[in-house]
Amino acid sequence: MRTVHPMPDQSAVTPLRQPLVTVDKLTVDMPLGRSGSSVRIVDGVDFSIGVGERVALVGESGSGKSLTARALMRLDRLARLSGRVDFDGTDLLKLSDRDMGRLRGSSIAMVFQDPMSFLDPLMTIGDQVAETLRIRGVGKAEARKRALAVLDELGVDRAAERLDAYPHEFSGGMRQRVVLAMALVGEPRLLIADEPTTALDVRVQDQVLDLLDDVSARRGLAVLFITHDLGVVAGFAERVMVMYSGRIVEDGEVASVFAKPSHPYTQGLIKAVPRIDQDLNTLYAIPGAPPPPLARPNGCPFHPRCDQRFERCDKDLPALLQVGLSRVACHLHDGQQHDRHPHDRKGA
Amino acid sequence: MLMSIDSIAKSYNAFPNPPAKVLHDVTLKVDTGEAIGLVGESGSGKSTIAKCMLALIRPEAGAITYDGIDVIHAKGEDLRRFRREVQMVFQDPYGSLNPRMTVEELIGEGLLIHKLEPTAAARRARVAEMMEMVGLNPNDMDRYTRSFSGGQRQRIAIARALVIRPRILVCDEPVAALDVSVQAQVINLLQDMQRKLNLAIVFVAHDLAVVRHLCERIVVLHKGKVVEQGTREQIFDNPQMPYTQSLLAAVPVPDPVVGRARRAARRLETAN
Repeated sequence: MRTVHPMPDQSAVTPLRQPLVTVDKLTVDMPLGRSGSSVRIVDGVDFSIGVGERVALVGESGSGKSLTARALMRLDRLARLSGRVDFDGTDLLKLSDRDMGRLRGSSIAMVFQDPMSFLDPLMTIGDQVAETLRIRGVGKAEARKRALAVLDELGVDRAAERLDAYPHEFSGGMRQRVVLAMALVGEPRLLIADEPTTALDVRVQDQVLDLLDDVSARRGLAVLFITHDLGVVAGFAERVMVMYSGRIVEDGEVASVFAKPSHPYTQGLIKAVPRIDQDLNTLYAIPGAPPPPLARPNGCPFHPRCDQRFERCDKDLPALLQVGLSRVACHLHDGQQHDRHPHDRKGA
Repeated sequence: MLMSIDSIAKSYNAFPNPPAKVLHDVTLKVDTGEAIGLVGESGSGKSTIAKCMLALIRPEAGAITYDGIDVIHAKGEDLRRFRREVQMVFQDPYGSLNPRMTVEELIGEGLLIHKLEPTAAARRARVAEMMEMVGLNPNDMDRYTRSFSGGQRQRIAIARALVIRPRILVCDEPVAALDVSVQAQVINLLQDMQRKLNLAIVFVAHDLAVVRHLCERIVVLHKGKVVEQGTREQIFDNPQMPYTQSLLAAVPVPDPVVGRARRAARRLETAN
């Protein structure tokens, strides 16, 4: 039996880093039409991101990964948030709209999946990148100079000439660089990237990932990378958090989670992805589909699809507990006795 | 050889600009029972080839022959046989299934159109059998698609294509819109159907790892031209063309040790 600490101890997850963001019991409720009732999409999420740390948030559609990230910036006006989001000593959920607005772009910035719908087609690239600074009262010439510097940093060729170009004159990869420049020009300390490479071709995706890698290392920028692509997670992130049905089910260093995933869902996900570097006869398929937020099963939300479930799984909701260097929400790892001992199984 | 495509070319109108040539001189063939993958980046022409193979659009030049039928000029009985024996599955199972039809109507529509089962009872039996085959519960026959998940909808789309026993199934990004945990179910189903029904599958995808898993033969496209084609081993273990090599090198591997080593090696190469 492995050692289990009953209380989640966050310092053990990121031992060397000063936490930049600490999220505590975050819930996100979205209203259902005008009925007054609402549905809980994010159901009590705790995590922290260290200064300069690259964390991937993985989950399927409806798992709540995007809403969790958007809640950090309070982007959804209709969402009802509770819990604490501590950023560098301030609780973001308690800030006034005005103060929150000041923080966006300068402390926390975000890039989205589709660069074309994010860029204004009638505004030049230079003006769009400089806009973040202009709003904060930076003079025109200075803002333009800094916009140019960021575009240069991100490898936009002939950036000086292209400041006056329009988005349609840029390729998909270049547009994603412009969007990144818009996010980075305010020198944020945390960048939230919501599936930033999903719409890109693999070769362009690769370039954008290299770019993010460099920028994050050079600036000491923390990145919360939302994706469903485990290949991207393995190549880019230092830590991975896996979400399922509105909760974090596993959180740990990328190397150890991929080498020895603890949660059956994480194990299934890793086995279910075909790989370019090896042949498999049949893919492992997790049966069923993720539950809709209004029809979550009792107990562990994954139990109907789990191949290692036992009698407690459909009764009690497992808490996210420290297991070794990771945190895992699974009854197999909660240290209590049960009939089966899957710890003894060989391999994962 | 079941279908052959000889030197087809296709342009799309782009008024006021000159027409955009999306296919130049594409030649490939599909054998009975084989799974062939068309891969390439966006704009490579892979979906246009799929549409030509289905006779949804007509190439301006070249020829497409399916089992003795001249596909581009087929009419009457020939065209009906072609439409029966070459079926398709699309990317988005939310957009490709009529929300006002029940599962039975959706899956049974082909049987009705091609007059394959004369009575409603016989059609119903075939639909039930097909649903079972793709892993759906036949008791759900009277339900509408809105209550099904993405993966189940794609099973309905596959059942709808396979119920009339086609010999070629053309799938355009059939798993791209599905969640990771559900993708594997649909990939396994396609593989199972290919083996059980001796079905040829033309699989159009940008995800090279999925193509490697499913397809025995691969055609690599770039800017409307075939860059390289060969068996799975030839393309993935020993790619000849620089374009294919760069495409394969960029695919992320879901293993931090291998993935990072690959990226480091590739960055070193581009730096030199």
